[in-house]
Amino acid sequence: MKQLGLFKRRWRRKMSQINLNSRQSKTWTSYKYAILFMSPWIVGLVVFSIYPIFYSLYLAFTNFNLFDQAEFIGIENFVTLIGDRRYLTSLVVTGTFVGIGVPLQLAFALGLAMILYQGVYGLKYFRAIYYLPALLGGSVAIAMLWRLVFGSGGLLNGLLGALGLPESITNISWISNPDFALGTLIVLRVWQFGSPMLIFLAGLKQIPVEMYEAAYIDGVNPFSKFLYITMPMLSPIILFNLIMQIIFAFQSFTPAFIIGGPTGGAVDSLLLYTLYLFIIAFTFFQMGYASAIAWVLVILLGALTLLIFKLSKRIVYYEN
Amino acid sequence: MKKRLMIFTTLKTIFVSMGAILMTYPLIWMVVSSFRPELDIFRETSLIIRHFTLENYIRALQGVAGTTFFEYMTNTLKLVLPVVAGTLISSSFVGYAIARLDFPFKSFAFTIILLTMMLPMHVMLIPRFIMFRELGWLGTYLPLIVPSFFAVQGFFNYLFIQFIRGIPKELDQAATIDGCNPISVFFRIIAPLSVPAYITAGIFSFLWTYDDFFSQMIYITRPSEFTIALALRQYMDAFELTAFGVMFATSVMSLIPILVLFITCQKYLVEGIATTGLKG
Repeated sequence: MKQLGLFKRRWRRKMSQINLNSRQSKTWTSYKYAILFMSPWIVGLVVFSIYPIFYSLYLAFTNFNLFDQAEFIGIENFVTLIGDRRYLTSLVVTGTFVGIGVPLQLAFALGLAMILYQGVYGLKYFRAIYYLPALLGGSVAIAMLWRLVFGSGGLLNGLLGALGLPESITNISWISNPDFALGTLIVLRVWQFGSPMLIFLAGLKQIPVEMYEAAYIDGVNPFSKFLYITMPMLSPIILFNLIMQIIFAFQSFTPAFIIGGPTGGAVDSLLLYTLYLFIIAFTFFQMGYASAIAWVLVILLGALTLLIFKLSKRIVYYEN
Repeated sequence: MKKRLMIFTTLKTIFVSMGAILMTYPLIWMVVSSFRPELDIFRETSLIIRHFTLENYIRALQGVAGTTFFEYMTNTLKLVLPVVAGTLISSSFVGYAIARLDFPFKSFAFTIILLTMMLPMHVMLIPRFIMFRELGWLGTYLPLIVPSFFAVQGFFNYLFIQFIRGIPKELDQAATIDGCNPISVFFRIIAPLSVPAYITAGIFSFLWTYDDFFSQMIYITRPSEFTIALALRQYMDAFELTAFGVMFATSVMSLIPILVLFITCQKYLVEGIATTGLKG
């Protein structure tokens, strides 16, 4: 008898599960369209993102060189990194490039966005003109232009000569001089402040005008208005721009490759992180080591982003 | 009071104009220099052309190593146009599914899309290269074209999600009541209303593929199949020491498609940046 009761209960549970399944399959039909529209993305995610990410994580622990069988070598690649002179140079070069370039770029972007926001004649045209360099800046053509502007017979030396500076200065090729080469690259980065400027401009328009009016009635000076209204209200957008621009700048490749050449410029002065990665992967075919370098980049960027978020927590003001 | 404001605005406009001239001077100088004979270019800083010539353009059009500029341009379009098509189709699908349809793990998928936007492509670069090498696709445009049909670029997915979310829901609800299934809602309602998003995404997709020197250099090997971006390096090797003018002319010509897009679709570019808040 007892056995039968147990059996019945089990049977009932089984039935209810089938019912549950049929209810699920009903919703499944309503999901099928969504799955259909998502399917290219799902396939792409697995084949072109998830699989490569894990595969490169595996490669980072091997000595794979594209031609021989990959051999598992543990953390050797990461140990090598710590002692790799050129790698450390690329870290310093990239750090300088990002550390000076991005803050300057954002300062210009914010400054001009504020001037444009306060009102100029022909705002539409200025907005477009200031954005133009950001649109063109990543191209090979502009990197070539930079070589021609900062080369020994270029525009800059022409201008310096016209100012009456001696030949010892105007004969310098700013791109092949290791002291100045990175400077030209930073100028190129700052020159492209247009896209963060547009984002700042959109953000400034979101700040309620009443705040400024109230401040005006209370007789607040412009500097305090900037410090106590504009900055706090804009802080989430500043944070966003900062993080995105750091991520982009860290990955910048084409200008350094064209301006300094495929080996990193004079005395490795233009050896950006991704350029070194390229050299290791596609000149020396050390795919395992290059994967380790790529993974360190991901970890560095992730850590940097987290750090900025943590540090900014007390400064950034979120309305809700 | 009003007069004071006008003076201020005028002063600011003058300041901003000077900044604009400073910013665009190298570009204008490049265009002007491209019409100068070789001897006039060295350290010339003004914008006056003393001896006008088209010689630089003629030599630039002839190309390098037997491939003309026109052929480089055709190659570029053969690469860029399929990428744009693939991106627009696949990313608008994703945008529609996430903005309008219901399915499990939707918010998780959205998070993944945001994450892929920030993930450096370098971490996937080497495995993809190995994968395409095994498929025998090295030296073809396929490694650059095929992924675009699978909505791999998070930015475009995000752009479509945001845009489609802004379309009034009543429109597709009405269509559903009239008997449309989600597929016809997409093709009859959402896609036609998303034309501005298609234009914005199309422009950015065009520009980034056009400028994507890194990937093109890795996958395209035969000089006769080089794109503009790769060809410019060929020009640099061939002319930099001897013919500055040709370099200027090639640079100018390579920027023309971007400039045309910029002038004709400026509104979409500016709004695209402002609403999605991303790079350019």
